[in-house]
Parts: sequence; structure tokens; C-alpha cells
Amino acid sequence: MIRAQHLTKLFGTFAAVNDISFEIQRGEIVAFLGPNGAGKTTTIKMLTTLLKPTSGSIQVDGLNPATQPNEVRKRFGIVFQDPSLDDELTAQENMEMHGALYKVPRQIRAGRIEKLLTLFELWERRREPVKRFSGGMRRRLEIARGLLHTPPLLFLDEPTLGLDPQTRNQLWLQLKKLNEEEHVTIFLTTHYMEEAERVAHRVVIIDGGRIIAQETPQELKQQTGSQTLEQAFLVLTGSTIREEEANPTDRMRRMAKMWRR
Amino acid sequence: MNVIYILWLRQLKRYIRSRARVVASLAQPVLYLLAMGYGLGPIFLKAGMGSYRDFITPGLVAMTLLFTAVFSGIELIMDRQFGFLKETLVAPVPRLWIILGRILGGATIAFFQGLIFLCVSLIAGYRWDNLAALPVAFLFMVLIGIVFSALGSAIGSALSDAQGFQFVIGFLIMPLFFLSGAMFPLDNLPAALAFVTRLDPLSYGVDGLRHALNGGAAHFGLAADLLVLSAVAALLLAASSWLFSRIQA
Repeated sequence: MIRAQHLTKLFGTFAAVNDISFEIQRGEIVAFLGPNGAGKTTTIKMLTTLLKPTSGSIQVDGLNPATQPNEVRKRFGIVFQDPSLDDELTAQENMEMHGALYKVPRQIRAGRIEKLLTLFELWERRREPVKRFSGGMRRRLEIARGLLHTPPLLFLDEPTLGLDPQTRNQLWLQLKKLNEEEHVTIFLTTHYMEEAERVAHRVVIIDGGRIIAQETPQELKQQTGSQTLEQAFLVLTGSTIREEEANPTDRMRRMAKMWRR
Repeated sequence: MNVIYILWLRQLKRYIRSRARVVASLAQPVLYLLAMGYGLGPIFLKAGMGSYRDFITPGLVAMTLLFTAVFSGIELIMDRQFGFLKETLVAPVPRLWIILGRILGGATIAFFQGLIFLCVSLIAGYRWDNLAALPVAFLFMVLIGIVFSALGSAIGSALSDAQGFQFVIGFLIMPLFFLSGAMFPLDNLPAALAFVTRLDPLSYGVDGLRHALNGGAAHFGLAADLLVLSAVAALLLAASSWLFSRIQA
């Protein structure tokens, strides 16, 4: 479903992603793990046509995101790490807009929206503007929206951030079901290792822009002699806390610092 | 086509729901109308130029259009900051449609806002010359809306955060307004100023609007006004869609 070869993305001289290669089979659930600033989101952006790689190649369902962006875009759904809803519009309107953007036929659109909003327990409040929603509700709406056009491939960038355990549990049950029944391929990032252990068939660990492991959770635990995936993760990536580059200003400061040297 | 419509509709919904914005963006032109229109009125009248209030009303309609349209274009930066932009960037539709929907939405909002201001000016005593010329005035309002909505969108696509905002207002919108002849007649200007007013696309919009609403001869001529505005609109549409197509998240 996805094949990335020697993928590299430079911001100035800083390599956010440094020569990574991996493959994801159809129907697989793969957890893409790494500390803050490891290159997870940059990789997802390249896979989802939002960023052009500096070098290397990507195939999504046999297509190149750089040259056939619209064909690739039809094939995936995405839940972004940060919000991407229109706050002024209602939940229903956000869904309708997505349906129109993805050309979900009008006849089935209404039914599917009802089903998804009910599933994520938002149906009662569908006529309220999103700005009145809590963080968890917004998150649920984003996920519901990402599923509206029934994509065969789903990118989830920290989908459970800020969700309570009940909602997280519910979400993973739904995604598992979607994967088993409709063979949806899922590529996800998360900081909750127990979630990755629970749902992922395979784990890809990235650190400092490089892939340092790609195995099943079982294999990783065995190799590192760990009881849990979290332990294995810490063994592989070390336990120092990473500074995340918060925004372009920080990146500019960093660049300025490099120039001064 | 459906995509253009849905993004156009979104702009309209957001506009209708933010009544505060509707009122706030009327405050400035209304202040100009009352303070300048009546304040400078006696001097203008003494110079034998007629009613200053009537003279500036078309200019202030243009001002309303300019501000509303540019801001709705620049809203793109807000969408980028609050995230909704990404939703449209990964959608499997040509970016051209998305930006067209946004620009047309912004132009429509500007048009309505201009219309509201025109109604306010009627309350303040303004009367237009010739009702039959109203469609021509509307045509100019639409064109001005498109030109500056496209300009705002181009800026919004090129800037990645809101820090350039103040700069845009100070160095772009205010000069566009003041150099357009909205507040003064374009005849007998010093050569340098006359030259600059000719570079300002809004001059042609104000000229056409004033001709349509107030009667009298157009300074540049109606055909020239239409031609220049349409050409600038086409140019800015092309520029903004090019800049928008290059956005990476």
C-alpha cells in the first residue's frame, strides 16, 4: 500500500527525515513511533501530499504523491495531529463539507454522516457550532470526518491525544473492526505505547530522522529483553527528553545559530 | 463546480454568523461619511464642487468593498493557523477550485457589505443620480470585490503567519484607498500624484462607481475602467491560484 525508498526531507540544512525506507502492506496496522521531533509528522506530510520530499521516492497504492497528488488524495483519509475543523460551522456542516470535497454521493452521504456521528456520540449535538465543543468532542469529530469517504488507507497522527480512556478504548475498537472487516490499512502515530502494542501488527520506530527498528511488537520486546513495548521503546531511543521545535520562529532561531558558528 | 460552491457557501455562512464583523467593518466608512462628508462639505461646496457627502459616497462604497474583500482573502492565514486549511489541501480536488470558491465567497461578502453601506448612506441623505445605472454600479462592485478578494488571497497564500498583517494594512490597504481618488477629485492633481493614482486599481473602480452612481463623466472613461479592472482581476486570480497551488503544510 505504501512504499517509501530513501526518503529525505531537509529544512535548510536540518534533516527532519534522513534517508528512510519502509513498506506497508494492504490491510496492515502499522504504528509509527518516535520521540518528539523524530520526523513522524514530516513523514506523514510527505506521504499525504502536503510536503514534497527533498529526495527519495514514495508510492501510495502504486502512485506518486508528488506527481499524482489528486489520485493519491482520493485513497486516504487523515486525522491530523492538530485541529483542522471549521470552528464556526456545525458538526454536521463540517461533515457535509468533507463529503462534498471527497465527492461522496449525495444519496449515501446523509446516511453515512448519521451513522458516523452516532458512532462517535455526536449526533445529538450535530447542529452546534464546533467552537462550543470540548477537546475530546472535536477529536471524535475529526476522526468521524476522516472516515466519511471510506478510504482504503487511513493516516492517524496522534489521534487519541487528549481523549479520555473510554473514548480511546472505543476508538481503537472501531478502528480494529474497520481493519478486520473492511481491510482498511492504518498508519498511525501515538505516544501511548500500550495502544501501539494493542492494535499494531507492526511497529516502525524513527529517531532523529532515521528508522531504527521495524518489527512486530513481540519481536521488539524479545530483542530488547523488555516486558512491555514502552520499555523496548526506551531501550531503543534512550531516555533523554527531546526538545521539540515548536514553530517556524524556533526553526529560524536554530538556523541563525548555525550561521553564526 | 460543487467544490467551488461549497467553499463559497462556507464563506457566506461564516459571514452571516459573525454579526459583530458586519457592524465593525461598517464603522470606518460610516465615520468617514459623517466626519469628512459633513466636515469638509462646506469647503467643497464653496469651491463650487457640489456636495462632498455625495462625492465621497461611491468612494466609501469602494472602501467597504476593499476592506471586506482583502480581509476575507487574508482569512486564509487564520485558516492556516487554526488548521482548517489542511482539510482543503489534502482534498482530492484541484486547488484552483478551492481558491476560486474562496475568492468568489470573499467577493460576494464584500458586495453585500457594500450594499449595506449604500443603504446606510441613503439614511444619511445620499441620493443616487440615476436608478437605471444601478446595474452598472453593481457590476463595478462585483469587480472591485473580485480584484481585492483575489489580492487578499494571494497575500494570504504567500504569508505563512499573521505577523505580516499590520504591514499589509499599513503599506497596502491604506495607500490603495487614499490614492484611489475616493476622497478627492482626480482632475488637476500634481503630476506625481496623478501618476500614482493611475497605478492604483481601485482608482478605476471608484471612477466607474462614481460615474454610475453620481452621473457625470468618468475620469478615465467607463470602458477604460471596466477594462483595467477586468484585466487586474484576471491577473490577480492567476497570481493567487498559482501561489495557493504552491502552499505546503
